[in-house]
Amino acid sequence: MPHETTKNAAGALDVAVLVSVGRHPVTGRTRRADQDARAVEAALTLNKAHVRLIHAGRHETDSETALRGYLGMGFEGLTLIEQTRDADVLPALTSTLREAPPRLLLCGTRAETGEGSGLLPYLLAESLGWPIVTGLAEIERIEPEHVTLLQALPRGQRRRLRVRLPAVITVDEAAPAPRQSAFGPARRGRLVVSEQVSRPDAALAGWTLEPARPRPKRLKVVKAASARDRFKAAAAKAEGGGGQVLTDATPEQGAEAIVKLLQDEGVLRRLL
Amino acid sequence: MLDILLPILIFSALALAAIGAVRRIRLWRQGRPSPVPVLGGLAAVPRRYLVDLHHVVARDKVMSSTHVATAGGFVAAMALAIVVHGLGLAEGVLGWLLLAASATMFVGSLFVARRRINPPARLSKGPWMRLPKSLMAFSLGIFVATLPAVGVLPPDAGGWLVAVLLAAAVAWGLAELVFGMTWGGPMKHAFAGALHLAFHRRAERFSTAAGPGRRSTGLKALDLDDAEAPLGVETPADFTWNQLLGFDACVQCGRCEAVCPAFAAGQPLNPKKLVQDMVVGMAGGSDAAYAGSPYPGKAVGEHAGDPHGPIVAREGTALVDAETLWSCTTCRACVEECPMMIEHVDAIVDMRRFLTLEHGNTPNKGAEVLDNLIATDNPGGFDPGSRLHWAADLELPLMAERGEAQVLLWLGDGVFDMRNQRTLRALVKVLRAAGVDFAVLGNEERDSGDVARRLGDEATFQSLARRNIATLAQYRFDRIVTCDPHSFHVLANEYGELGGNYEVSHHSTYINELLEAGWLSLKASRLGRVTYHDPCYLGRYNGEYAAPRAVLDALGVERVEMARSGYRSRCCGGGGGAPITDIPGKQRIPDMRMNDVSETGADLVAVGCPQCTAMLEGVVAEDRAVVKDIAELVADALDESAPAKDRRRVTEEEAA
Ligand code: SF4
Ligand code: SF4
Repeated sequence: MPHETTKNAAGALDVAVLVSVGRHPVTGRTRRADQDARAVEAALTLNKAHVRLIHAGRHETDSETALRGYLGMGFEGLTLIEQTRDADVLPALTSTLREAPPRLLLCGTRAETGEGSGLLPYLLAESLGWPIVTGLAEIERIEPEHVTLLQALPRGQRRRLRVRLPAVITVDEAAPAPRQSAFGPARRGRLVVSEQVSRPDAALAGWTLEPARPRPKRLKVVKAASARDRFKAAAAKAEGGGGQVLTDATPEQGAEAIVKLLQDEGVLRRLL
Repeated sequence: MLDILLPILIFSALALAAIGAVRRIRLWRQGRPSPVPVLGGLAAVPRRYLVDLHHVVARDKVMSSTHVATAGGFVAAMALAIVVHGLGLAEGVLGWLLLAASATMFVGSLFVARRRINPPARLSKGPWMRLPKSLMAFSLGIFVATLPAVGVLPPDAGGWLVAVLLAAAVAWGLAELVFGMTWGGPMKHAFAGALHLAFHRRAERFSTAAGPGRRSTGLKALDLDDAEAPLGVETPADFTWNQLLGFDACVQCGRCEAVCPAFAAGQPLNPKKLVQDMVVGMAGGSDAAYAGSPYPGKAVGEHAGDPHGPIVAREGTALVDAETLWSCTTCRACVEECPMMIEHVDAIVDMRRFLTLEHGNTPNKGAEVLDNLIATDNPGGFDPGSRLHWAADLELPLMAERGEAQVLLWLGDGVFDMRNQRTLRALVKVLRAAGVDFAVLGNEERDSGDVARRLGDEATFQSLARRNIATLAQYRFDRIVTCDPHSFHVLANEYGELGGNYEVSHHSTYINELLEAGWLSLKASRLGRVTYHDPCYLGRYNGEYAAPRAVLDALGVERVEMARSGYRSRCCGGGGGAPITDIPGKQRIPDMRMNDVSETGADLVAVGCPQCTAMLEGVVAEDRAVVKDIAELVADALDESAPAKDRRRVTEEEAA
């Protein structure tokens, strides 16, 4: 049975979720990607929303198993924008979303397969001209023109944001875990193929890809005499020396502060 | 006057019964089709009743004699009454036989009445309380009405008043016992029960003239290739018609309730109530009329359903709450105890299938475990390439290298568990001491699919099973030996339907064979009092009660039995995915079981299952008995001074 939110009720908020093919960290088997599944979960818990799933990529047996994992969360169908293996999915996604723009676009922060650079949401937001918010913890309220949400910050902190719609929101492990994917709806759901030209990714063609080597972890040596000290050391906040909080700053002041920091850190060379 | 009234009464009761039967059969036929051998089934009823059913009923001697007298007396009295009073053929011995039959029935009904004076909690009350009176009314009425027919009393003795009273008593009896049988009174169990025996869904469980019944799984594989085939049971009408018939046969004796570990632990499950809820569902209505013990913590009268409505609601209440279904450990204690041969476990799993495969609603850790099984072939999400890490120093022979061996040692998912690794090491030591030619699958082994199946995920079960079957098909071996009764049951009884047929032995069975054949020499044991806990999937599911006990006896321990042992063994709480779904109750099942252990005064409880080991060892109590696997006990007692034997060579000599 499809989830309530997939019914296209009048006045319902149109939400699109971008889903990708995931990869299990231990066995490498394809599956629904964890962050994307959390994005779907966040969309499904919205009141009065019409949720649609979009995937751009190659249509293979393996990827179909993974995509059906999302359908198993209670969807009748998923839009599959077929692309060739070497395609850059950005143009195809952009034009699909321009043709029928949702009010809210949700997706995982970073894909589990492919480049996994985590840049796609930013590029998409840029090309659509929408604001982007990362690290969603919870969507609190939807109004016709705005969404109020909690953004997850390190160490369990939360920041409340009110964002103009349409917007791109990315989801990571801070959002609630996805619901179980059920076999029945996963098997029944339809993959609706939509036509978009594949643009080969020119940059990707020039790269050599090789499996990542696990990097040795740097040990954090804690000199502590008692268990209490060790606990305090483990729970301590990372000490950030310096830093500066700007409130009520103009965009120019903010930009200046950022440029200065980047120069101090040696990221930007001083143009003198 | 009676000779006019009685035939009218008798034949109208029979006619009403026939109408009721048609209506009742219609109710059952709302279920899904399930082909049965009609004539063969009906012909098998007497044997199934007299041998198999009686075998269960006879565990309660008084009740069994009561039932023989009452039911036997009634059947004889009714048949004779049709001839004597219905057709007016009282000549000769018939009338006297009728007197004898009704007298026997009357004596039986006195015992029924006695049991109802202070009925145990497991018995349902309500209409069942009037049953002894109905039985007495009928037997007494027929007895007195027959006296004139055999000439003991003059034809019109007592005048019309007595005649009317007698007729009224007989009418009451006929209402309860004849058409009550098909219209839904307490006597429904006789009508439905007889047909249930004939058309039982697991007919292989019954003995035949050729021998005892076969062990089998109650679960039937779902057809996953057919996209239209339903995934489990959503509504009462989704059960097969003979499952519905089976529910209708329940006598509400509550024997299942009395043995159910989940009920005793205060979890919201009572197998009797569950069966009654299905009866309510097939007819439509609410459970308000139910007069037995409720699901612990759930009031009666708040649930209702109909044949085509959902059993479990996605939100709110329907016929049954999901946690009731998830409380079951699939221990089969209820099935073993049920005198009406009702199969509770497969019904529960059928309903769980719908919850998992369609709702996607397996509680607590359920979804995580199933995801792990899908992604890593083991419930813990461990790297499937690390299955043999525990045995790095043992140099276990691999099937992939050997190709064949006499024994394929199935290790199970216990390979990832440090406690069970000790058992496995012990078992390997024992096999090596006996010179057994064995090999393991190593990383090619996968979870057997037991947990996935009991959690209702038939798709994952079949996926695991088919891949395991394909792996096993590559190798030659005489049999599979495993120390996990769950793998044992699945490999031996559930893979067959998917094309994998193997001879499988539990390690206790195999060790016992090795001992009997003299391949193992044991030192005198220094163990004190030992009791043995029967794993459900070894005992009740597969009938192996003797071998583990024989091994313990060979060890020379003082073996004591718990009050509930053998086929009445109480579950450890670890089966059916119950520790994963973890439905809260008032107490924990393993705590109750360890209490059983301490009542025997044993210092050690021998087990034969990784689940039981984990559950029982997890019990925190002062002076709790030590938990050890049979394999560990044998390994500790091995006499290593005796020369190891090369079993392969010797068997080849034997063969020659
Ligand atoms: S199988 Fe065991 S736990 Fe389940 S209902 Fe029967 S007795 Fe209770
Ligand atoms: S299901 Fe069987 S054991 Fe349980 S009450 Fe009914 S007849 Fe008795």
